Amino acid sequence: MLTVAAPSMIQSVDWVAIAPPLVPAALALVVLVADLFLPPRHKPLLGWLSVAGLVAALALLLPLVDSPRSTFCLPGSAHVPTSCSYVADHFALAFQLLVLGGALVVALLSIVSVEEDRLPTGEFWFLLLAATCGAALLPACRDLASLVVALEVASLPAFALVALRRDGRGGEAALKFFLSSVTATAVTLLGVSFVYAATGSLYLDRIAAALPGVPGQLQPLTAVGTVLTLVGFAFKTAAVPFHFWVPDTYAGAPVPVAGYLSVVGKAAGLSGLAAIAVLGFHSYGRDWGLALAVLAALTMTVGNVGALRQRGDAPHSAVRLLAWSSVAQAGYLLAPIAAAGWGASAAAIGATVAFALVYGVVNLGAFAVVTSAGSRLDDYRGLFSRRPAAALAMAFFLLNLAGLPPGVIGLFGKVVVFRAVVDSGMGWLAVIMAVNVVIALYYYLVWTAKLFQAAPEAVAVRRPVPVALVGALALAAALGVVLSVDPQLVLQLASGSLFG
Amino acid sequence: MTALLLALLALPLAGGAATLVPALGGRRALWLGVAVTGADLALAIALAAGFDLHRPAAMQAVTDVAWIPALNVRFHLGVDGISLPLLVLTALLTFLCSIYSLRKLPAGGSERAWTGLLLLLATGMLATFAVLDLLLFFLAFEIVLVPMYFLIARWGGENRGPAAFRFILYTLLGSAVMLLGLLLLGLKGGTFDMTALAAHHGLGLSRGTQVIVVLAIGLGLAVKSPMWPFHSWLPDAHTAAPTAGSVLLAGVLLKMGTYGFVRVLIPSAPLGMHTLAPYLGAFAVVGILYGSLACLALVRPGAKGDLKRLIAYSSVGHMGFVLLGIATLTATGINGALFANIGHGLITGLLFFLVGAVKDRYGTADLDALAGAGADSGAALYGRLPRLGGLLAFAAVASLGLPGLAGFWGELLAMLGSFQPAAGLSRPTFLTLMALAGLGTLLTAAYLLSVVRRVCMGDPALESPATAKAPALLDVRGYEAAAWTPLVVLTVVAGLWPALLLSLTTPAVKALLGGS
Repeated sequence: MLTVAAPSMIQSVDWVAIAPPLVPAALALVVLVADLFLPPRHKPLLGWLSVAGLVAALALLLPLVDSPRSTFCLPGSAHVPTSCSYVADHFALAFQLLVLGGALVVALLSIVSVEEDRLPTGEFWFLLLAATCGAALLPACRDLASLVVALEVASLPAFALVALRRDGRGGEAALKFFLSSVTATAVTLLGVSFVYAATGSLYLDRIAAALPGVPGQLQPLTAVGTVLTLVGFAFKTAAVPFHFWVPDTYAGAPVPVAGYLSVVGKAAGLSGLAAIAVLGFHSYGRDWGLALAVLAALTMTVGNVGALRQRGDAPHSAVRLLAWSSVAQAGYLLAPIAAAGWGASAAAIGATVAFALVYGVVNLGAFAVVTSAGSRLDDYRGLFSRRPAAALAMAFFLLNLAGLPPGVIGLFGKVVVFRAVVDSGMGWLAVIMAVNVVIALYYYLVWTAKLFQAAPEAVAVRRPVPVALVGALALAAALGVVLSVDPQLVLQLASGSLFG
Repeated sequence: MTALLLALLALPLAGGAATLVPALGGRRALWLGVAVTGADLALAIALAAGFDLHRPAAMQAVTDVAWIPALNVRFHLGVDGISLPLLVLTALLTFLCSIYSLRKLPAGGSERAWTGLLLLLATGMLATFAVLDLLLFFLAFEIVLVPMYFLIARWGGENRGPAAFRFILYTLLGSAVMLLGLLLLGLKGGTFDMTALAAHHGLGLSRGTQVIVVLAIGLGLAVKSPMWPFHSWLPDAHTAAPTAGSVLLAGVLLKMGTYGFVRVLIPSAPLGMHTLAPYLGAFAVVGILYGSLACLALVRPGAKGDLKRLIAYSSVGHMGFVLLGIATLTATGINGALFANIGHGLITGLLFFLVGAVKDRYGTADLDALAGAGADSGAALYGRLPRLGGLLAFAAVASLGLPGLAGFWGELLAMLGSFQPAAGLSRPTFLTLMALAGLGTLLTAAYLLSVVRRVCMGDPALESPATAKAPALLDVRGYEAAAWTPLVVLTVVAGLWPALLLSLTTPAVKALLGGS
């Protein structure tokens, strides 16, 4: 980020503002070094250290809540305002909360998986924290160079995380993930260069100011540039047609890593997409608004149809179903961004932020149950008679994902998305969403019904559930219940503008 | 008063949560259900007793606090003359169902789960009739889906899985579109508060917006009601559902749809309703004729008609009368619709209880198996189980609209309303609809009397396939009498003293129609 600033200036760095992404970065290095010196029997300590670090990073969000702060600024002149590369406004804080909170739950889940799957401890925690640092950095970046760098910081460790499982499937999944991701990044860089050529700046606010005045012969270049820039971020959100890596990658990765990709990875891509689209390219809102709306409609439809096709007895069917459902949910997440472009109101982004937080809580909750209860859908038959608490929690998460009471917060999360879309005047997208909600209900409900079926003959030996797993599950369930009773806690994000 | 209404909703919710405690398993869970629903019925009666009868048009027992300011959702509850009878009916039917399931719980799952789901269902049903905020209404509308799904899918009869899915997917498709309509109405109208929207009478909403609102919300309500041609989930769901599920489905859940028309659409989007009323009326009458023709086909000897399926189709016809009354947009018609709502809830609730009892005794509700396939053979319940047979005949004649019983007034008023529809609606159209609805009453009488002939009459000496298998059976048992007597009494009371209900609804309906 320092490279963007003019070399002759002395920068004052606001350490408080950048503390939340900085803590995981520093901790990642500490873990990597400590791994060399710790005897094997103490290695689990690294996991708990990472958990503690993520809690600390979350706590460091608190001082930032009251007033937006910015740093790494390029001073303006008489007719150019000051532009900053890093802005910790409410938009950034909400996504950092999602990223760091999501990483915390994933870390709790991983403490068990790292041991069970015999993953290399030091490397795993290093990669997880490094990726989290990138994902936490991304929502606060306000220039295209830092955004692309942050996106890569978030992505590169993720490839390695997927590949850590040493049974062949991990390698194939990582390769698919890597190749498609790198292609998307290359396309984004091309788009960034076009936009830079047309506007002469990488700062989002300066691009926004320059875009309406782009000379006629450069306008096609600009239009292509804006679309190509958004492509790389759409890839990270797993929107159609960049979704095909998702099911194989999720099924090949360790389950907590799949949960990480579905929530934290998606949140990173989404925050970049929203920031660039709304802050940088809003004068082209009708164009990318419509393009994103079509993308959203396709994404939710393809995701739901893919999820419908999962058979209960296939290996990894539960993870694959969650993978497809996360593709579909990405469609709902994109819809308010499209509405923000079409209806020219940045406030619609709040619906995406609120729904992303809700989705993060319930989806990670579902992954927490999948970590402990098995990766085939048929493993869930009769779960209620074996482990009633886990089954009730799973039913709650699934009904939240479906948007049905008693999953009140899942329902209202969808309501704010619908409201943003209806308000912007894209009635057709709202109708497609409504149909998709019903399709999705079918597979969530089939799964929920399985939980309460009669137990199969062979009763598995009851194992004690590790404390970290119980903690993650309880955290997600408690958050879901609290939000269901008082939805205002999260839905307040959906009213008013978050950029400050 | 306010506390009573809050407690009415909170009690079943708390009871449902209590069933999560493992110690409350087995018979204890069933008794818990009886205690909670009984207390809830007492609360509903106390609410009715405290209701100011001189101001039935005003909202009473109002609670209005902010819940989700971001969405402009307020926790706004209240009762008026329209919702009070439905609240009492809901509390009564839930209580009777818990008493009935105390003795007659079908196999399928634990008592704890059954009670929990029943209480959650009760919460959703009561909330639908008590909330005064559009999004809360939607929430309450959705709460009932999951418990009803599990009641059918776990405790149901043959073919229960697909039937339960059909029920929930149809309803959800309708309610997803309804949500869009509610959002459009709320965003364009500037508030989600039903009383404020009703007070505006569509002021500030263009005719085009109102038509879209009525189409979208109406679709959700029409699926629930159910209006022909969106009724096809109902017969399967009823046939597969356990007795208590059928009773609540017919007695309460269907009313949520027609209640929505009266509470939300008529006052908030009057122009839209006015534009679409003839279509609503036409679909309603098609439903009346279709329902009764389907029943006539099922009741024929040799048709292998299922008695539960037959009553489900008869519900399509009866709800057609309710929708026709609403479509007239007159105080008379809407009063008739609201009266028919209650009447149908009482009578069809009783009918499903009775048919459930027949099915429990003979193991089948198939008319041919019960009565034999011969043209004049019969199951001879009069001879074998005289009390059950008598009650069945009573419920059947009540259902066909015999004057003096609860089924009569609603349908009469609905037709009277369409004799003189609201100003601006085409009178010839509604006169035609009325004539066709009148034909529907004849057909209804025909099939219900055939049911009585085939099930109640006949020679006890002649055995049919079902009666041969189950020779000696007990007549009406104590718990059955306890569950059914209130319905019988209320059917007679509502039939002989219709003013009791009409005095409650008339002022409220006039207020909703704009004081006309």
